[in-house]
Amino acid sequence: MSFFRRLAPALLAATILTGSFSTARADEQFFPLQSYRVGPYAAGGTGFFGGFIDYLTLINDRDGGVNGVKLTWAEGETEYEVEKGVEVYQRLKSTPGIAAWNPLSVGIAYAMIDGVTEDRVPLLTVNHGRTDTTDGRVFPYVFPLLLNPYSESSGIVNYIASKEGGAEGLKGKKIVVLYHGSPYGKETIPIYELLAEKFGFELVQIEVPHPGSEQQAQWLQIRRERPDYVVLRGWGVMNPVALTTAQRNGFPVDRIIGNVWSNSEEDALPAGDAAIGYTAITTQASGQEYPVLKEIISGVYDQGKGNLADKNRIGSVYHNLGIVNGILNVEAIRIAQAKFGNRTLTGDEVRWGFEHLQLSPERVKELGAEGLFHSINVTWDNHEGEGYVTFQQWDGKKWNVVSDWIAPDWALLRPIIEASSEAYAREKGIAIRTAADVDTVIGPN
Amino acid sequence: MSAALETPAARPFMAAQGAAVLVILAIACLLVPAYASAWTIEAILLPFLAFSLAGLGLNLLTGYAGQVSLGSAAFMAVGAYAAYNFQLRLDLPLPLTFLFAALTAAAVGVIFGLPSLRLKGFYLAVSTLAAQFFIQWLFNKFGWFSNYSPSGVISAPVLGFAGITFDTRESRYLLALSVVVVITFLVHRFVNGPARINLIAVRDNETAARVIGVPVLRTKLTAFALSSAIIGIAGVLWSFTYLRTIEPEGFNLDRSFQILFIAIIGGLATVRGAFLGAGLIVVFPLLLSRGSAWILDGGLDAGTVQLTQRIILGATIIIFLILEPNGLSAILDRITARTRSLFAKITRGRA
Amino acid sequence: MDWFEFLFAVEVAVGGLLSGVMYALVAIGFVLIYKTSGVLNFAQGAMVLFAALTFVSLVEREVPFALALVVTLVIMGLLGLAIERTVLRPLANRSPMTLFMATLGLAWVIEGGAQLIWGTQVHALDLGISNAPFEIGGIYISNFDLVAAAIALALVIVLTSFFRFTRTGLSFRAVADDTFAAIAIGLRLNRIQAAVWTAAGVVALVAGLLWGARLGVQFSLSLVVLKALPVLVLGGFDSIAGAIVAGLLIGASEKLAEVYIGPFVGGGIEGWFAYVVALAVLLIRPQGLFGHKITERF
Repeated sequence: MSFFRRLAPALLAATILTGSFSTARADEQFFPLQSYRVGPYAAGGTGFFGGFIDYLTLINDRDGGVNGVKLTWAEGETEYEVEKGVEVYQRLKSTPGIAAWNPLSVGIAYAMIDGVTEDRVPLLTVNHGRTDTTDGRVFPYVFPLLLNPYSESSGIVNYIASKEGGAEGLKGKKIVVLYHGSPYGKETIPIYELLAEKFGFELVQIEVPHPGSEQQAQWLQIRRERPDYVVLRGWGVMNPVALTTAQRNGFPVDRIIGNVWSNSEEDALPAGDAAIGYTAITTQASGQEYPVLKEIISGVYDQGKGNLADKNRIGSVYHNLGIVNGILNVEAIRIAQAKFGNRTLTGDEVRWGFEHLQLSPERVKELGAEGLFHSINVTWDNHEGEGYVTFQQWDGKKWNVVSDWIAPDWALLRPIIEASSEAYAREKGIAIRTAADVDTVIGPN
Repeated sequence: MSAALETPAARPFMAAQGAAVLVILAIACLLVPAYASAWTIEAILLPFLAFSLAGLGLNLLTGYAGQVSLGSAAFMAVGAYAAYNFQLRLDLPLPLTFLFAALTAAAVGVIFGLPSLRLKGFYLAVSTLAAQFFIQWLFNKFGWFSNYSPSGVISAPVLGFAGITFDTRESRYLLALSVVVVITFLVHRFVNGPARINLIAVRDNETAARVIGVPVLRTKLTAFALSSAIIGIAGVLWSFTYLRTIEPEGFNLDRSFQILFIAIIGGLATVRGAFLGAGLIVVFPLLLSRGSAWILDGGLDAGTVQLTQRIILGATIIIFLILEPNGLSAILDRITARTRSLFAKITRGRA
Repeated sequence: MDWFEFLFAVEVAVGGLLSGVMYALVAIGFVLIYKTSGVLNFAQGAMVLFAALTFVSLVEREVPFALALVVTLVIMGLLGLAIERTVLRPLANRSPMTLFMATLGLAWVIEGGAQLIWGTQVHALDLGISNAPFEIGGIYISNFDLVAAAIALALVIVLTSFFRFTRTGLSFRAVADDTFAAIAIGLRLNRIQAAVWTAAGVVALVAGLLWGARLGVQFSLSLVVLKALPVLVLGGFDSIAGAIVAGLLIGASEKLAEVYIGPFVGGGIEGWFAYVVALAVLLIRPQGLFGHKITERF
């Protein structure tokens, strides 16, 4: 078969390439990116990784890196599939000078927890991830920064309370949670039950089977329940369909509150008019008016170095999440450098940086991100870092912030998180860390 | 095809083939764990082993018995979840865990194989999608299966048996390898044994098979049971030795298509076809992405490169199907046939 | 059951019937191809995506609506022709399974190509049909759904009369009934198949526009085929009327099941319930409600 005879040398050549190669030289800090730019979640992947890369580019070009240490990165496509993410992890993990992993996928993050713990390299799951990794006592290398799914639920309920005139106003109200039929969608079921009990509202949770392109039955059920609010815990195509189906069934859109994966332009825009007035939670505001965004536009895009193919997406929800994620990564490195020196850090040193990642609103302002996100306060045992949330409303073209920064009820959730992480520690035979272990840091060699 | 090979003249050649298998095995057992890089084992060999086994299982059903299934990933899921729960709840020794996982998958396979008694062709194929969607829903819906893991994703526990724990990369690889070798041997015996005639009779002409007294019902269900059992074990390997995490979404329709692809591209009704097909489906996308990264190196944006790769991958499947109807296995046959004639010429020349 | 509950049940059933029409729209594309080529064309979903994406991208580039529609129609026709020429013809006389695999590969090529040309962005598609509901006797019905149903009906009537009353349509059926005999009497198989693929492209465009208006035009649009497959099995792979009847049946029964059985098992059962309905019927009629009795073999 001549086709294969021709293929053979190509295969051979490519095989030679498959050994690991190094991109980080002295004084470089490397970010392996498990991005996804094709497949059903491409919109999220291109926005997030675009924003992340844009911020890293800005730091390199404007500041010459972090205190002289250049930031480098390489991308591997995952299509949001776990095994592809694992392959990229295995391929890139021996690259020297890795700062942190940022897969933006719960499934991939799960498959890496053992590996990164062994490698002693931080694994970040900003705004998502396994909730109990918030407990840094059990998961030293995993950081669900800003907002874990439990805090998100609490933040949404607090927001509804604020619209109803305080916690008392929730009594006797009825809330429907419409969730995606996946582990992600189901994760907060017990949390909403807990919150319903605490605040005395009536709760109905309804599942939408994946992918959620048909929701007539669910919205008829919702109409029969006559709830005061619907919380949309959607994913991908489920979100616009929920909004159009709500409209078709006469449910008012301003009573639908979206969660953190139902809050992007891509979720609202396809629903057209049906989305006008839709409100969703976010940890980072959208828009281009923040100084850091302006610098990215002038310093990166105007120089032709921008990562987004479509410039209209600059300042979109996912793009800004990527930028915030970039800020968090870079600041963790900066904080760690202050302790260990301005050089290429080991993963464990960066971990120390993340465990001291405390950015006050003042510091956030210095970084040009005031109003973009509120603050973060990571400690060795709280890897989420008490992120504040805000709510944005869709006006048919863009999101507008409609609330103050709201704090989730962390104290209420912490015992549940600890129960879960301690069970994990027992199952896996992991010793629970104490504050004394934090400063045991593996340096270079 | 294989009957032609079993002439006396072909015997030295058969021996050579057996020797080749032994050499490959020796390399796989001895050299690979010692010299292969972490990436080779984790990203190529472990998925290759799991996929080969799944492809072998489906080939038994589709290649030999002629029943098409689009629900293979669901049976992988059954195996994986069964193994997890047997380990967790009964703490069974490892061989029993594998056995029970296989039995569970077989039982589920028989249930979803029942429509095959009435349906044929694409009607059957599409019906097996019921298994695909139902089983994914089931594991997702009921927390019991994942031991009420809050996010529904399980971290697979480390397997261990008789004082050995399979926690290192090499040990996981060797475990997967031995399971695959044992099962492949059993399947080889099975499809070259008396059952072969029944299977192929059912595949080629069901009515005629019934006329000559082949128990059609039993043959079909046996094929479903065995195939599902093997695919179930592939699921165990996939989740315990390869990814070490289990989630329902990991066993979606795309995975089922991949397995079907392995069986067909590799060569239906051959044992080695599954290995060739799995090799292609694991290695080819990797080579493609590494190759394009190397050639284009930043010249195009990452999204364009990815989409181009997808197109190339799809086009390769089509070109392949056009050029080689009988799969990789047929190519191998041609190569061996050529080598054999060369071999024969040399021996004749000597005599 | 009180009056309100009864009304609710009727509403669920009506909603299901209207959803069913949407499933049938996708299913018809499959039927056309299967009827003449014997292929379960898995790339139909990708074609739906490609059509909708092309149309919406043209409209976003300020091409007038009607012109965009015509241009997309032409492009879909050409795509159909190209598929027939490059994939189907070289694979003539291969097993149905091989053809099916080829259409899987084709789906990748079309999806990748569509997004390579038009980008991976999510688009809104406004056909100018209001989505607002109106009320009839206490039941809410969506305007959009009625229009979609009317379009689907029109499509079925056109296709059915085409197959029944035109010479070309009759030759389609001749090919479907007996390929060899059709060739023997001088029908040109290639040309007929090319025409069918073109027609399937057109159906994909209609389905893509209606579904795209609902979901937004994005990658997930290609997943609507999953909703069409049980409809196909139930209706018979080769019957257009079957696709409509089965669509209605499946739409209504899955919605009723979701509302009345779902709560007992935790909900979300729609995804597989459609297959259960299809299987239950198939056990009595293995060729589907309207399908020809099959003799195919792999």
